[in-house]
Amino acid sequence: MNGNQSPISDATIRRLRIMDRSFQALTTGSAWFVLVILAGIIVSLFVGGWQALTEFGPGFLVTDDWNPVTEKFGALVPIYGTLVSSLIALLIAVPISFGIALFLTEVSPHWLRRPIGTAVELLAAIPSIIYGMWGLFVFAPVLSEHVQPWLQKTFGDTPWIGALFQGAPLGIGMLPAGFILGIMIIPFITALMRDVFATTPKFLKESAYAIGATHWEVVWNVVLPYTRVGAVGGIFLGLGRALGETMAVTFVIGNTHRFSPSLFEPGNSIASTLANEFTEAVGHMHTSSLIALGLVLFMITFIVLSLAKLLLLGLESRDSAKS
Amino acid sequence: MRFSPTHVRLLLLAGAAIFGLNACQGERGTNLNGAGATFPYPIYAKWGDAYKTETGVGVNYQSIGSGGGIKQIQSKTVDFGASDKPLSVEELNASGLIQFPMVMGGVVPVVNLEGVKPGELKLTGAVLGDIYLGKITAWNDAVLRQLNPDLKLPDDKITVVARADGSGTTFIFTHYLSMVSPAFREKIGNNTSVAWITGVSGKGNEGVASYVQRLKGSLGYVEYAYALQNRMTVTQLQNRAGKFVKPDSESFQAAAAGADWAGTPGFNLMLTDQPGEKSWPITGATFILVYRQQDKPETAREVLKFFDWAYRHGDKLADALDYVPMPASVVKLVEATWEKEIKDSAGKPVWTATTAKK
Repeated sequence: MNGNQSPISDATIRRLRIMDRSFQALTTGSAWFVLVILAGIIVSLFVGGWQALTEFGPGFLVTDDWNPVTEKFGALVPIYGTLVSSLIALLIAVPISFGIALFLTEVSPHWLRRPIGTAVELLAAIPSIIYGMWGLFVFAPVLSEHVQPWLQKTFGDTPWIGALFQGAPLGIGMLPAGFILGIMIIPFITALMRDVFATTPKFLKESAYAIGATHWEVVWNVVLPYTRVGAVGGIFLGLGRALGETMAVTFVIGNTHRFSPSLFEPGNSIASTLANEFTEAVGHMHTSSLIALGLVLFMITFIVLSLAKLLLLGLESRDSAKS
Repeated sequence: MRFSPTHVRLLLLAGAAIFGLNACQGERGTNLNGAGATFPYPIYAKWGDAYKTETGVGVNYQSIGSGGGIKQIQSKTVDFGASDKPLSVEELNASGLIQFPMVMGGVVPVVNLEGVKPGELKLTGAVLGDIYLGKITAWNDAVLRQLNPDLKLPDDKITVVARADGSGTTFIFTHYLSMVSPAFREKIGNNTSVAWITGVSGKGNEGVASYVQRLKGSLGYVEYAYALQNRMTVTQLQNRAGKFVKPDSESFQAAAAGADWAGTPGFNLMLTDQPGEKSWPITGATFILVYRQQDKPETAREVLKFFDWAYRHGDKLADALDYVPMPASVVKLVEATWEKEIKDSAGKPVWTATTAKK
């Protein structure tokens, strides 16, 4: 260290070796710690929800009763609400995010990329409760006065689809919750898509342009196949956030345990049921059912992420088979 | 950073100072820990603050919800629990607890109706029940017009708003509706959270209030203090004596004064639908839970001293926050119960009216 050429002393080597070992132990420990926490969460959810799970059996997942007075609980409404609101969110967020990412990487002039990119990232930093308040006070009135009546008029009489748009246009319900969630996850999906789109090698795109391809053809036939795995990963990251989102949904979903096919009617999601009822749940069965509901959310997220992983693996192996 | 001897000495000194301060506080009085209902949290916090400046005894109250309060006192992690829902005598005996009412409030229906001013719309309990059951669905329903011949009620749908989270407010409200409407008792029933069959639900008083303010033609229920502070359109209600009354601290006090506290074991009394011409029908008290047999009599004495102080000196603070203090007659009953029921392990009363004066 002082610059002379003498070999490193034994003491230094020993010291470095100890440091190396302890660093390894520390990182290994941290990695295991995550697994321990995960196992701990699953076990405690199982233990806490055991009473409800044994009482209601598999019927817990498919009954729509949620009655603290008679202590009959079924998770169908919150499960349905969680899945449907997240699905609506994806339907809205994926095309828009794709468009933004495409614009930022392919179409936008260079000087504009930075400001828009930063703005999108800032959107991701807004706390969810702000989205919820904005949703209830600003977005819901617009929705109930303009968007919902239009949807009702246009699709209300269509068979099958019409059932989705029945009821009073309150601006509170499954559809508004899905809209808000969609807006919330746009920045996540956009940021990831933009980053992976940017990894496409320049020579591939330039070759395509050289043989006369349009912007769209380049994106669809070159960029997207090249970045498919990353783009799908971004979508699932957004979905993961939508499934677990609590406050923003609680504000606009209407928080009622009633099953209705209409997207205009209020519903409930697992996360907002937990946020609403946990503090004042007096009965053991009520508390246990809420914990079991938490377990269900955990499982849903786990299944979704596993499916994503499988899908990505499938895509990867197909890609490698092709090349 | 290296610690020089000076640093170490300084640290030790600071540590000693902090420790010394703690020791001093310990001598002056323990910190009292309580947990439970969210509804009385603002007033308990205010009382605790004023009490600390006066006596040096701190009161640390966690508003974790009534359910949590009951669980915490049962597992003895707090010195007192608080609940908006009174426990039954059997429940109290099973866990060796006693409960007493601390402060009151009222639950009031609020509406969003164009041209209707606060306190103008008249409702009866049965009508309110039918609205929450989805039987009366429009504002120009014949029953509503008959009750309000002077008001011009619109041809709008009634959007019913309820509380989504479990709450003492819902407990009091559904208790009242279950008393006055057999159909409501049968279909929905009485609890801190219930399965509503119509309308939307908001989280907390503020959630209900914002839904009501947002949705035209809506009807909801909130704590009186909340309605007052947000200038919401409250309604009149017909009480048991057949009179229409407006919600205010006078009508809540009237409900409490007419109640038969002395004849109710364990203070397990709801103040809904009380007799008396001036009584507001949806009044409720919030309760404190403590152990009958005290392992730590000193702490228990401090707890009771604090509540005694709140009964005697807390009225003004309660008024300022739109809570309703307990009438003197009820306070006397409560304190007599303390003397009779709360004992240390030797069987001596933990608190007596004479120790309180010291």
